[in-house]
Amino acid sequence: MTEPVLAVEGLVKRFGGLTATDDLSLSVTAGEIHAVIGPNGAGKTTLIAQLSGDLAPDDGRIRFAGRDITGLRADERSHLGLARSFQITSIFPGFPALDNVALAVQAHAGHSFRFWSPARRDAGLREPAMAALDEVGLAARAGIVAANLSHGEQRQLEIAMALATKPSLLLLDEPMAGMGIDESARMIDLLRGLKGRHTIVLIEHDMDAVFALADRITVLVYGRAIATGTPAEIRANAEVRQAYLGDAHVG
Amino acid sequence: MQALRQPRLLAQLILLLLLAAVPPVMTAIDEPFYTSLFTRIMIFAIAAASLDLILGYGGMVSFGHAAYIGVGAYTVGILSFYGVDNGFIQFPLAVLLSAVFAAVIGAICIRTSGVYFIMITLAFAQMLYFLGISLEEYGGDDGMPVYRSEFGGLLDLYDANHLYYLVFAVLAATLYFGHRLVNSRFGMVVRGMKSNSLRMRAVGYPVYWYRLTAYVISGTMCGVAGALFANWSEFVSPDIMHWVRSGDLIIMVIVGGMGTLFGPVLGATAFLLMEEYLPEILEGTAPGAGEHWHFVFGPILILIVLFAKGGIFGLFGGRERGDD
Ligand SMILES: Nc1ncnc2c1ncn2[C@@H]1O[C@H](COP(=O)(O)OP(=O)(O)O)[C@@H](O)[C@H]1O
Ligand SMILES: [Mg+2]
Repeated sequence: MTEPVLAVEGLVKRFGGLTATDDLSLSVTAGEIHAVIGPNGAGKTTLIAQLSGDLAPDDGRIRFAGRDITGLRADERSHLGLARSFQITSIFPGFPALDNVALAVQAHAGHSFRFWSPARRDAGLREPAMAALDEVGLAARAGIVAANLSHGEQRQLEIAMALATKPSLLLLDEPMAGMGIDESARMIDLLRGLKGRHTIVLIEHDMDAVFALADRITVLVYGRAIATGTPAEIRANAEVRQAYLGDAHVG
Repeated sequence: MQALRQPRLLAQLILLLLLAAVPPVMTAIDEPFYTSLFTRIMIFAIAAASLDLILGYGGMVSFGHAAYIGVGAYTVGILSFYGVDNGFIQFPLAVLLSAVFAAVIGAICIRTSGVYFIMITLAFAQMLYFLGISLEEYGGDDGMPVYRSEFGGLLDLYDANHLYYLVFAVLAATLYFGHRLVNSRFGMVVRGMKSNSLRMRAVGYPVYWYRLTAYVISGTMCGVAGALFANWSEFVSPDIMHWVRSGDLIIMVIVGGMGTLFGPVLGATAFLLMEEYLPEILEGTAPGAGEHWHFVFGPILILIVLFAKGGIFGLFGGRERGDD
C-alpha cells in the first residue's frame, strides 16, 4: 500500500479545560475526497487549523508528503503543497479578484524581494491567476473588487486562491457555508470537477453534498474521530447515527 | 501622455515642478527665508512618505519613526564633531546605521501588531531619545552644532539653493522609488499583509520577513531625511527624536492621505506651514491669541481627517486602484 498523503497520529488540542481535538488519528489517501463531518463545536475547524499550521497542537504528529510537518509554519506547509480555505471567508477584500489570485501565484513563483518591476504587468503572475479564476468559473469577474463579489463568488475566489498555489492537498472548511441553493449547487459542481485531480479534506455540513462527493468520511464528535469509512459504511454505522446523523436524515 | 488621464499623477507632477521653481522665485523676490522653509518641509516630506510605505501601504502604525531621523541626524552630527565632514562618508553611514537600528528594533517590534506595535515602537524611540540626552559629549539634551556636509566641491550646502536642490532630488527619488516599490511584487506583498496577513501566511508568505524588510526600508529612508535635517538645521539635539515628532509624522501621513506616497508630502507641507503661520495669523485676530495656536491647529487637522476622505490628496479625486 502506498503511503497516505496525510497522516495524523494522536493529535491533541486543548483550550483551557476543553479538549477540542482528542487523540485524533486520520489518514488521507492520494486522490480521495475525505470528508470530515460532525456537529457544531466538534473540532473540525480546530483540526483544519492544526493541519494548515495556523494552530499548534498540544500533542501528536502530522505527517504530510512523507515528512513530519508538525513543527512547520503555515507558509512553510504551503510550500510543501498544503492549501486551505477558511470557514469564514478570508480574501483580500479591497483587491480585484485577479489580484487576490495573483498574490497566491506570486507566493509560489520565487521570493518576493523584488522591488522594481510592476507586479500587475507580470504575465507570469497574471496568466496562471486567470487560469485559476477560470477553473472556479470566475474568469468574467476578474476585474471586480473582491468585496463587491457575491458571497458565493467570494467562496469560489478562495478556492481559486488555494488552487493557484498548486497544492497536493486541499483543506476546505465548509466551502458552502452561508450559501443559497444555487450557489451550493455550483460549488458542488466545482468540487466534483476537482475530484480525482486533487486530494481534498472537506469539511461540510450539507450531508447531501458530503455523500455525493466524498470517497471516505470521518465523523468527529467532541474532538474524537468516532468512525471512518465509505459513505455507505458511515450511513450504516449505528454509533454515527446515534451521535450525529439522526435516523430521519439518513433515511 | 498617460499622466494627463490620471488627475493625481498630473497634480503630483505640477506640484513637483512648483517645488522645483521655489529657489529662483524666492531669490528673485528676495525672500530667501521661504527657500529654507521649503527645504525643511521637503525633509519632513521625505520622512512622512517613508513612513507611509509601512503605515499607509502596510498598515503598520510606527509611533517611533522620529528615532530614525535622529539616527541619521546624529550620524552626520557625530562625524562632524570628529571633523569628518565628507558627505560621501556621512550619508552612506547614515543609511547603514539607520538600517541597522531599524533591523534590530524591527526584529523585535514586528513580532507584535496593533496597539502593541504602536506602543513598542514608541518605547524604542523614547529609548533612543533618552540615549541622545545621555550623550553628554555630544551636548546632552542641549544638542550640538553641526557643520554642513562637504561633497568634494560638487555641492556647497552653505549655498541655500544647493541644499534645497539636494533635498528636492532626494524627495523626488524617494517618491519615484516608493512608486516602483509599492507596485512591485514586494509592494503587493506589503499591501496584502495589511489587508489580510492570515491569508498571506496561508498562501505561503513568511510574513515576518516581508514586514521586517518593509520596516527597515522605511526606517532607512527616514534616516536619510535625518541626515538632511542635520544639514539644514546645522544642529542636532534629542528633541528631533521626541515622541511628539513621531506623532507629527503620523499626522502628516494621515492628513495628507495614507497609502498615496505623495499625500504625505502635502501633509508635511500643510502641517509645517500651519505650524509656522497659525500663531501669526491668530495674533492678528486678537493679541495674545497666537500662543494658543494649538487649539486651532488640532481641530483643523481633525476636520481635514473627518471631511477629506483620503486626506488632502484625496481632494484631487481619481483614487488610485485601492486595496483596502
Ligand atoms: N481559539 C479558541 N479558544 C477557545 N476555544 C476554542 C477556540 N477555537 C475553538 N474553540 C472551541 O473548540 C471547540 C471546537 O471548535 P471548532 O473547531 O470551531 O468546531 P467546529 O468547526 O467543528 O464547529 C468549540 O467548543 C469551540 O468553542
Ligand atoms: Mg468550524
